[in-house]
Amino acid sequence: MLEIKNLHARIAEDGTEIIRGLNLSVKAGEVAAIMGPNGSGKSTLSYILAGRDDYEVTEGDILYNGESILDMDPAERAAAGIFLAFQYPMEIPGVATMQFLKVAMNEQRKAHGQDELTTPDFIRLVKEAAGSLDISMEMLKRPLNVGFSGGEKKRAEILQMKLLEPKLCVLDETDSGLDIDALKIVSDGVNSLRSPDRATIVITHYQRLLDYIVPDTVHVLSKGRIVKTGDKSLAHELEANGYADIINEAA
Amino acid sequence: MTVQSKLPLTAAETALVDQFGAQFGSLPGNAEVVKLRDRAIQAIKENGLPTRRVEAWHYTDLRRLLATLPGYVPSGEAQDLERIVDAAARLVLRNGKVSATESVEQLTVNSMSDALRADVSGVSMNDHGIHDATGLINSAFVTDGFVINVESGAKIAKPVEMQSLHDGGQVHVRNSVTIGEGASVTVFDRHAGSDTEVLETAVTELKLRKGAEALWVTIQETGDAATHLSQMNVTLEEDAKLTLFIVNLSGKVIRQEINGDVVGEGADLTFRAVNLIGDDAHCDITLSLGHLVPNTTSTETVRNVVTGKAQGVFQGQIRVGRIAQKTDAQMACNTLLLSDDAGFSTKPELEIFADDVVCAHGATVAEIDEDHLFYLMARGISEKTARGLLIKAFVTEIVEELENEPLIEALEARIDRWLEVHA
Ligand SMILES: Nc1ncnc2c1ncn2[C@@H]1O[C@H](COP(=O)(O)OP(=O)(O)OP(=O)(O)O)[C@@H](O)[C@H]1O
Ligand SMILES: [Mg+2]
Repeated sequence: MLEIKNLHARIAEDGTEIIRGLNLSVKAGEVAAIMGPNGSGKSTLSYILAGRDDYEVTEGDILYNGESILDMDPAERAAAGIFLAFQYPMEIPGVATMQFLKVAMNEQRKAHGQDELTTPDFIRLVKEAAGSLDISMEMLKRPLNVGFSGGEKKRAEILQMKLLEPKLCVLDETDSGLDIDALKIVSDGVNSLRSPDRATIVITHYQRLLDYIVPDTVHVLSKGRIVKTGDKSLAHELEANGYADIINEAA
Repeated sequence: MTVQSKLPLTAAETALVDQFGAQFGSLPGNAEVVKLRDRAIQAIKENGLPTRRVEAWHYTDLRRLLATLPGYVPSGEAQDLERIVDAAARLVLRNGKVSATESVEQLTVNSMSDALRADVSGVSMNDHGIHDATGLINSAFVTDGFVINVESGAKIAKPVEMQSLHDGGQVHVRNSVTIGEGASVTVFDRHAGSDTEVLETAVTELKLRKGAEALWVTIQETGDAATHLSQMNVTLEEDAKLTLFIVNLSGKVIRQEINGDVVGEGADLTFRAVNLIGDDAHCDITLSLGHLVPNTTSTETVRNVVTGKAQGVFQGQIRVGRIAQKTDAQMACNTLLLSDDAGFSTKPELEIFADDVVCAHGATVAEIDEDHLFYLMARGISEKTARGLLIKAFVTEIVEELENEPLIEALEARIDRWLEVHA
């Protein structure tokens, strides 16, 4: 489903290279975990997948279902099924969350040649999804993410994911800021979307999340490259020993 | 004034003088009004239209912006305007003449043309000096308008919708509105017309007596070849509360002057403006507010969205008189620039002669936040729609303060239409 080949990318503004020859492939139905030290480029990779233009791809390619997405803008990528749950969801004053959800759902439906949702259908879908994530409808009346607590923001990201039903989900540290109960609720939300035609990339620092969302593959990212790939036991190994050995071994 | 410093009259200035000569006989007015008209046209002839050297017109060089004048008679055809909210009672001026008057209880309406002929008390035609182009042109040419009195104590639920419609050419209207003691009313003040060239001047005298309350919403949606020069002269007496809300949606050259005097203790002015300025339009709001007695308050919030090659201006002057202790005035002007060629000039001016006051002003100019745009697009919202959402968020914050659902909806629909074309 996703094939990243020898990807090099730099910060557009100052030319600093962050992603340095990264290879990764994720199959439909797979849950891939990406772990790695702070500053290794995990969020940068997620932004590049989503199409943020702060970064420039200088070499390599990203294939999604066999086709390069490098020329697609973020909205086109989202409509094609790529979803990023942000490490730091942005607060957008003045845009009501419900209005935003409705516009997003309808724009994607439009892109897929479907009719717009009726208001009652929309409300019903939001209520169902919000209920399962323990999000109050009150919260959704507020401007998007404005004044949401850290955990509420993360839940709101998963709510959006459930409503938009993407094919490739990228979760950037969705577990950070969540209390223990919320971690379970959010993980259930993610697991409910697991299906043979959907792939998930989970970026995390902690094994704990991977107890709930059990990965098929685990990849270690260091200095802009994947330096080791294994199965879920690799995450346990990292939890026990840290990154030093693996990174040194790769160098 | 020395002869050497005079500029030769432009085509527009000459046309004003010539047209006055031609129309003079048919303009309404008693002997006193005739004298005032004459004086006004003499002032224009002597001094010409203001240039950027005149401080009050520094950012709006009217001599350049109004280089030629449309013919005097209508040259296009405008559609009738639907009421902006269903409940409103319409008072319609078409091409500067009263064309419809729906009655409202406890509110009397006379035509300005009658008032000018009959010397109705409370109608003044004082201009603000030789550079008061709007006041002078209007005094010289005014044909009609409404003289409205809201009875003391009347709580008028039905909004009053004044419409000035034009079919091109020239329109010079003048309204005089007095809201009696303890009365309250909502007034919509609309300006619209055909897409042919037009010069509209509109002067309004608005008085709020003791304890009166009013919501006044000016909606300027003239055609794209319109020059619209307006002036509101506002007086707030003791405990009067005025919310003055201006929405600019179109037009080519727009200049709106608000001269306010807060003369009664406890009075409050809430001034809000939303300016959507696109293409090659020029839109200027110039406010001068005097807090002249103790214990009065005002807030002024202006939100601008400027795109294309458009230019916007906000001049906000707050004068606090020597005795006006405990004045509280808060002014803010925020602009979203959508294109490199668009511009906005802000000139706040605080003239404070009392020592125990709170006055503040702030101005920001920003572009659309790229991070916000990315976030919305990452959810599949196309760039155009995402930009529209962000721009709308910026201005609807102000619109939603109106707390009048049908009005908010009507204004938001207009904002949406503007965004479809310009975002
Ligand atoms: N727009 C930017 N401007 C400047 N530096 C940037 C930018 N984006 C990323 N970087 C730098 O690139 C490096 C990788 O950052 P990134 O956020 O991808 O790390 P990360 O692996 O997600 O780390 P963390 O685990 O702390 O979230 C860091 O050194 C960061 O400071
Ligand atoms: Mg990160």
